[in-house]
Amino acid sequence: MGQKEKSAHVVTSAKKEHDKHESEHHELGFVRKYIFSQDHKVIGIQYGITSLLFLLFGFSLMMIMRWQLAYPGQEFPWKWLADFMGQANMPGGIMLPEFYNQLGAMHGTIMVFLGVVPLAVGAFGNYVVPLQIGTIDMAFPKLNMTSYWVYFLGGVTMLVSFAMPGGAANSGWTSYAPLSVIATTGQTVWLIGMVFLITSSLLGSINFIVTIIQLRVKGLTFMRLPFFVWAQFVTSFLLLLAFPPLEAAGVLQLMDRLAGTSFFLPSGLVVSGQPLAVSGGGSPLLWQHLFWFLAHPEVYVLILPAMGIVAEIIANNTRKPLWGYKSLVYSAIFLGFMSFIVWAHHMFLTGMGTTISTFFQTTTMIISIPSVIILTALLLSLWGGSIRFTTPMLFALAFLPMFAIGGLTGLPLGLAPPDIHLHDTYYVIGHFHYVVAPGTIFALFAGIYFWYPKVTGRKMNELLGKIHFWTSLVFINGVFMPMFIQGLAGVSRRLYDGGAQYAHAQGVLQWNEFMSTSAWLLGLAQIPFVINFFWSIRKGKKVEANHWDATTLDWACTTSPPLAHGNFKVVPEVHRGPYDYSHQGAQSDFLPQNQPGEA
Amino acid sequence: MHSEHSSAVAHQFLDMEQQRESTLLGMWAFLVTEVLFFGGLFISYLVFRAWYPHAFVLGSHELNVTLGAINTAVLLGSSLTMALAVHAAQEGKAKKIVRFMGATLLLGLVFLGIKSFEYSHKFHENLFPGASFSFEGPDAPQVQIYFTLYFLMTGVHALHMIIGMAILLLMLFRARSGRYTAEYYAPVETFGLYWHFVDIVWIFLYPLLYLIHPQ
Repeated sequence: MGQKEKSAHVVTSAKKEHDKHESEHHELGFVRKYIFSQDHKVIGIQYGITSLLFLLFGFSLMMIMRWQLAYPGQEFPWKWLADFMGQANMPGGIMLPEFYNQLGAMHGTIMVFLGVVPLAVGAFGNYVVPLQIGTIDMAFPKLNMTSYWVYFLGGVTMLVSFAMPGGAANSGWTSYAPLSVIATTGQTVWLIGMVFLITSSLLGSINFIVTIIQLRVKGLTFMRLPFFVWAQFVTSFLLLLAFPPLEAAGVLQLMDRLAGTSFFLPSGLVVSGQPLAVSGGGSPLLWQHLFWFLAHPEVYVLILPAMGIVAEIIANNTRKPLWGYKSLVYSAIFLGFMSFIVWAHHMFLTGMGTTISTFFQTTTMIISIPSVIILTALLLSLWGGSIRFTTPMLFALAFLPMFAIGGLTGLPLGLAPPDIHLHDTYYVIGHFHYVVAPGTIFALFAGIYFWYPKVTGRKMNELLGKIHFWTSLVFINGVFMPMFIQGLAGVSRRLYDGGAQYAHAQGVLQWNEFMSTSAWLLGLAQIPFVINFFWSIRKGKKVEANHWDATTLDWACTTSPPLAHGNFKVVPEVHRGPYDYSHQGAQSDFLPQNQPGEA
Repeated sequence: MHSEHSSAVAHQFLDMEQQRESTLLGMWAFLVTEVLFFGGLFISYLVFRAWYPHAFVLGSHELNVTLGAINTAVLLGSSLTMALAVHAAQEGKAKKIVRFMGATLLLGLVFLGIKSFEYSHKFHENLFPGASFSFEGPDAPQVQIYFTLYFLMTGVHALHMIIGMAILLLMLFRARSGRYTAEYYAPVETFGLYWHFVDIVWIFLYPLLYLIHPQ
């Protein structure tokens, strides 16, 4: 009896506490509202801006590298920039090989872990998923805030590593041992930065999984989820399962570097003609296995959210349901599952043996099937639609052939015999850049143009958008298409002089200047986007809440939904599938998910 | 907006039950990442044990099986008291929660005490990997790999215990002030999952590290 009274008392006093919190919520200070915010929309925007800056930074590193590749050993034309990078890296404006390696390693790391994934998952996932499932926030808002700030910390750590003695990490984004173990201090900082980034991703993925399973609004069954939510859902599982082993491997490498152990250092290692004084007995291959166990699923982390964005935009702009929604969903799940058993196709040339190679090339051929199904379903969705060629739609449409080129050029790499010839050449660079650059990054641009009106209440300028699209499309192909030519000629991807010293590269050397020029022009082509992005915040055309006449719940809420859990004026209830466009006999050509009845 | 919007329910949840299920699901998802993290370490263990079975036997013989066994019993006992604390929380009995959490905390301390005794012993014998590592015989480098894995895996496990005990202490004070009731006990239940997981990791570590015998 007494117990019950007591608990009742506790409830009322806690209630008061809660009411107090409620009133505090409505007058949050600037810091809690915009900096240490727990609102999924603010966190999404924070992720978005930070990752866009990192994308620009990572791209700049590559543009600097491309000078050395086009004009090896020549003085850098912009003296102030060469000075900024320091005499230790560019004495007299000429890039040193060590610095070139740093730029390469950090370009990969920054683009993947600080640019694309945080933009695709952190920004779009955070902003759009809760809106599309009709909830007011993520399941764990504090955790959400923490994952952003841990990511931020990881980013700062990576930037700081440039200031280390010997510069940043320089063993490639894959950090292969034993090279990475004996590398300069920058590698230690890289490992610490990775621990932050991994932790951030893990916290984020836990949050997405719980949110999507638990917080879907009434009537929103799994088979009524927008494909974008499905893509984020599968992605979260990939992050959840793939990242921890890399964290373990990172700790082992850290031990090798700091505690003098030899997990990844074999016996009898000779460096620069000198036997290395280590206890030895370790296995460099173990690092590769642990690394690719993460990094192959990571490839699908890069591509799945992009597919989700493209699916939303294609359904919306063809004004018809997606072709084969169920096959899309099942393919995404199957893709996620298979992505865990293909990793060693990155390692055919390591001497791991033909039996293992046979297994992994078989699984690799199998995983291409769901990718092709997804692409085919998206392509067939265009059939018979009255397509609106808006800027987001242009980017989404370009995604299809660009991703197809990226995917199909991957097939020869997935089979051991052709891979022996193509491994570690520019062909590989061309292949995966077609997947992530004109593939994923184009899809992300599409997403920015598409959801910009939701976030700001204004639309980005169409003319600037189209200039951005067409110039980017031309130049990005100018960068990556010649890589296939160079790669097929056998030019290695890791050459500081772009192959100038090698006889077999002479016939394809002229492409280096072409690719570099394309890359710099691609940089210029982003200027309309940057102008458009900032200009439209204040001056863009004002639009209605559901500007694109879309069906999913993210368009049912108010424009630029208020902070502090005010996403929906009325809690929506879902009555139909995600893409009920051009419903026969309906009044309008779209039926929002929350509209009751048949028409 | 929501009918029975009780005090301890965060705004994004419909009711207490949904919040409880979400919290538990979140913890399970977190534990999945933990399983895979330790999985990476266990895979490394597997590789090196398959390569150097003899060195692993030599290294294992340096450990004190009795102390390891005592610690196993201590940790299993702490899982029991934790389970009882969860049970008490479900019944909303604040005093019992405090008592069982206290017992869990105490057993955790005993475990760490014994562990640190073992560690210091290994330090004295120069078995801590690194510059000062010394071991007689031709297998010394491989034995060092064994000891790195030993210190790394038990060290990460101990770190999990320390973090767990800090949270436990916090929850103990909250339980004392009557925060947990028969309606609102999900935090205790969720933490219980974590504590059992840490226990299970040790159940794998003990035989793999202490009980290696030559074939």
